[in-house]
Amino acid sequence: MQFAPQLYTAALRLTRNQADAEDLVQETFLKAYRGFGSFEEGSNLRAWLYRILTNNYINAYRSKQRRPEEADLADVEDLYLYRRLDSLQEAVASRSAEDQLLEWFTDDEVKAALEELPDSFRLPVLLADVEEFSYKEIAEMLDLPIGTVMSRLHRGRKAMHKRLYDFAVGRGLVDRPSTSS
Amino acid sequence: MTNNPAPQKKADCTETLRELQTYLDQELPDDVRVLVDEHLLECSDCMQAFDFHAELKMVIATKCRTDAMPPELFAKIESCFGIDPDELTTDGSDADPDLPA
Repeated sequence: MQFAPQLYTAALRLTRNQADAEDLVQETFLKAYRGFGSFEEGSNLRAWLYRILTNNYINAYRSKQRRPEEADLADVEDLYLYRRLDSLQEAVASRSAEDQLLEWFTDDEVKAALEELPDSFRLPVLLADVEEFSYKEIAEMLDLPIGTVMSRLHRGRKAMHKRLYDFAVGRGLVDRPSTSS
Repeated sequence: MTNNPAPQKKADCTETLRELQTYLDQELPDDVRVLVDEHLLECSDCMQAFDFHAELKMVIATKCRTDAMPPELFAKIESCFGIDPDELTTDGSDADPDLPA
């Protein structure tokens, strides 16, 4: 039960609405309770619970949503992936020493940037950056090769940078949009 | 990278930037991690890129966790169990109260 608040937050990032998040968390605990006989004592309970959560989400909720296609992120990859500085990074580099990056963005903006990612990129970013699972744990949870997890995680983060840059421009934190946008 | 008998290998900016996120996630094998460590010490541009990614990662982690759980959800979850969660046994079976936990 001590994991319930974390699971709820993750569920919110996935379903993007409170009612579905509550349902998802309840279903997760229900399945966990029923399936507890299959849980290997000594293995990672938290990872096991998250695996149930993500599987539930993928099976039950993902199909309900119309999400941006993965092809949208291919552009991000070409433009941003291995550039030394993406536009957000440039903006951040030019900020004054007193500016705290934490104060640049509201909670809602960062959550929105994450929630706007397509599922296949949002799940790795959520599981790695918010929930702090390893690549191996994420690969097992999502039933993907580690290389795929890495690729989607890195590209997903870059896509978030792009979205956060848009927010920063909108709030006047950067002087002008990047000339390459 | 293949093993080669050439003198000490160093990472350049391209390689460092390619591995930067994996490095940040502490998922690089030790032999590669050491090369990135060394390059970052020497290259302020790449170090700045590293700092940026590290700070963004922290911002994402901090700001995406701030939702309070609705109080009634605790009660709903406990009702899923049907019994006091503290009495869950590891085998998940309907526990015979006479059996040791």
